[in-house]
Amino acid sequence: MGNDLGTSPDEVQFRFRDDEPVDHATVTVDSCCDQTNAAAVRIEPGDDARVLLPFLDRLALVEVNFPAFGDGRGYSAARILREAGYTGELRAVGQVLIDQLSHMRRCGFDSFAPDKRLDEEDAARAFATWENVYQRAADGRRTVAEKRHEA
Amino acid sequence: MYRYDQYDQAMVDARVAEFRDQARRRLEGKLTEDQFKPLRLMNGLYLQLHAYMLRVAIPYGTLDSRQLEKLADIADKYDRGYGHFTTRQNIQYNWIKLEDAADILAELASVEMHAIQTSGNCIRNISSDHFAGAAADEVVDPRPYAELMRQWSSFHPEFSYLPRKFKIAVIASEKDRAAMRLHDIGIRIVKRGAEVGAEVYAGGGMGRTPMVAPLIRDFVALDQLITYAEAALRVYNRYGRRDNKYKARIKILVHELGAAEYTRQVEEEFAHLLSVGVEPPLAELERIKAHFAPPPFVSSEVETPFEQHLSTILEANGGQGSAFGRWVRRNTHPHKAPGYVSAVISLKPAGGIPGDATSEQMRLVAKLARDHSFDELRVMHTQNLLLPHVRIADLPAVWQALDEAGLGSPNMDTIEDIIACPGLDYCSLANARSIPLAQRISERFAETGRTEVVGELKLKISGCINACGHHHAGHIGILGVDKKGVENYQLSLGGSEAEDVSLAKITGPGFDEDGVIAAVEKVTDVYLAKRSDGERFLDTYRRIGMEPFKEALYG
Repeated sequence: MGNDLGTSPDEVQFRFRDDEPVDHATVTVDSCCDQTNAAAVRIEPGDDARVLLPFLDRLALVEVNFPAFGDGRGYSAARILREAGYTGELRAVGQVLIDQLSHMRRCGFDSFAPDKRLDEEDAARAFATWENVYQRAADGRRTVAEKRHEA
Repeated sequence: MYRYDQYDQAMVDARVAEFRDQARRRLEGKLTEDQFKPLRLMNGLYLQLHAYMLRVAIPYGTLDSRQLEKLADIADKYDRGYGHFTTRQNIQYNWIKLEDAADILAELASVEMHAIQTSGNCIRNISSDHFAGAAADEVVDPRPYAELMRQWSSFHPEFSYLPRKFKIAVIASEKDRAAMRLHDIGIRIVKRGAEVGAEVYAGGGMGRTPMVAPLIRDFVALDQLITYAEAALRVYNRYGRRDNKYKARIKILVHELGAAEYTRQVEEEFAHLLSVGVEPPLAELERIKAHFAPPPFVSSEVETPFEQHLSTILEANGGQGSAFGRWVRRNTHPHKAPGYVSAVISLKPAGGIPGDATSEQMRLVAKLARDHSFDELRVMHTQNLLLPHVRIADLPAVWQALDEAGLGSPNMDTIEDIIACPGLDYCSLANARSIPLAQRISERFAETGRTEVVGELKLKISGCINACGHHHAGHIGILGVDKKGVENYQLSLGGSEAEDVSLAKITGPGFDEDGVIAAVEKVTDVYLAKRSDGERFLDTYRRIGMEPFKEALYG
């Protein structure tokens, strides 16, 4: 392939989808725009997720890299893709830690490939942190305000 | 005031459980200190020079007696019997043990309080006008909008790892008592015809690069307010600088892009988000508003004009010149309900530590709120407390109780009403001490009787460039710096955080501690010599400029 960018399905620790994972490498955002057949792409923090919008229907996997967990640009990238109707796999990779899982999930990530494997029990607890949510986000959950005012 | 329902309570309870779990994983070594740090910061826990500091949120500065009594109990049980009220209407405890933190958060949750997002690179506690719901000059009570934003900003999934901290203030009158335009986003609720909406300012801040926020939108409809804020935050989250922590605040982004280009990007995102639909139902705002319905003011006093009522009370209690009279003149503020005033409780006794209150003082203030202010209290951004709704007839009793507790200083907005950061006595960022300087200045002016002569003069002291003491916005500002290992103080003049907002200018070379106290006195000498009738210090400075002051200081 000459291209080892991206994580393999084996590296995915948590996945909330039933379809078969894409089993080939991702390309950079620039390459994705130049090629007509790339089905998997990897977004770095400085990339503009919106340049991918014309290609969403051919993408099956978007990886969003978190080289440092404190850099939150990937949360916006994820929501932007979901708001544009992207339904393929959205994978958080890199420094993905226990305490970021619940927010990432809300922003539309549905698979997680942390660079260091996480404790399963801690992760399960983290995914379930919020029984209620205040904001609308990419996960489609009903907000507290909506629950308060439903007929 | 706002009361939690089952959902709000469940949210803070979930947060306490989450933090307890994080602390456990830190102790088990599953989290490194680097990984734990942003988590503890988002729960208000800082590591200072000598111990952990816990900053507890007091949303838009409003609390009741039960909550203040809880804060007093926490001060006694987990700290050293006092707390420190901050310029963003919060309270800080300076001597906290890490192992107690989760228990303290649980105690706070039991009275509908928390320390959520009082630190860290996230949306901080929403601040507001301390006279909200009471001020005669407000368009509406701004707090429902602040509460709506509190809920929206709490645990926001997209905006918890912003380039830098993010502070929002919401006001609703022409007068700005919340330093609104020195916030990352400032919101002023306004009326356009009969319709209520919001003016939005963005990119203000203090710190090492002070900026006054420009207006980016003159009217956002109320059923789009959250959507607009979300758009403004998203542009910042995506494009705010992350290469340099000192250039990471939104003010730098707005400055580098230009307000027009930043605004264009926000408008574009706003249009997109309107199509996505992120706004809470308008019924939610109405629900919140109902919590802020005015208390049952006694209507029999409606007939008596304010001035007449006040003068009757003054005459019966020693007149204008008495200690009570001076306190009433200085520390009370016109109320929207006839027969009432808002009464400022000064936490600035001459020679005291600005913003500190003992647990005993907190309990007394809580009792006064219960007896005389419909059980409501406020924390002011000037680090004072406030009884928002006091019957004029109750003022003598309120004042007497305050005076006996050392809380009756008649010095609101005077040179004794100093804003000061904790400085080198507590803070690991500080270059110089702030507290002793504030103590000496207030003591000096109180002793010489000059406080009253000088009138309104806002003095603000920061112990380092981060400007927590708002020195850029002081009529007189003092910045502590480290000059080859010696504390040195730079003096600046002409700042204001109010509706006439401006940034102070440095006078010239700095001074040592004694020197800067003398310099402040010289500056007031110039003012007293040059002022014309009715001019405040700031007005005189703006009229005559820096030169006469420089001449007196360095000539």
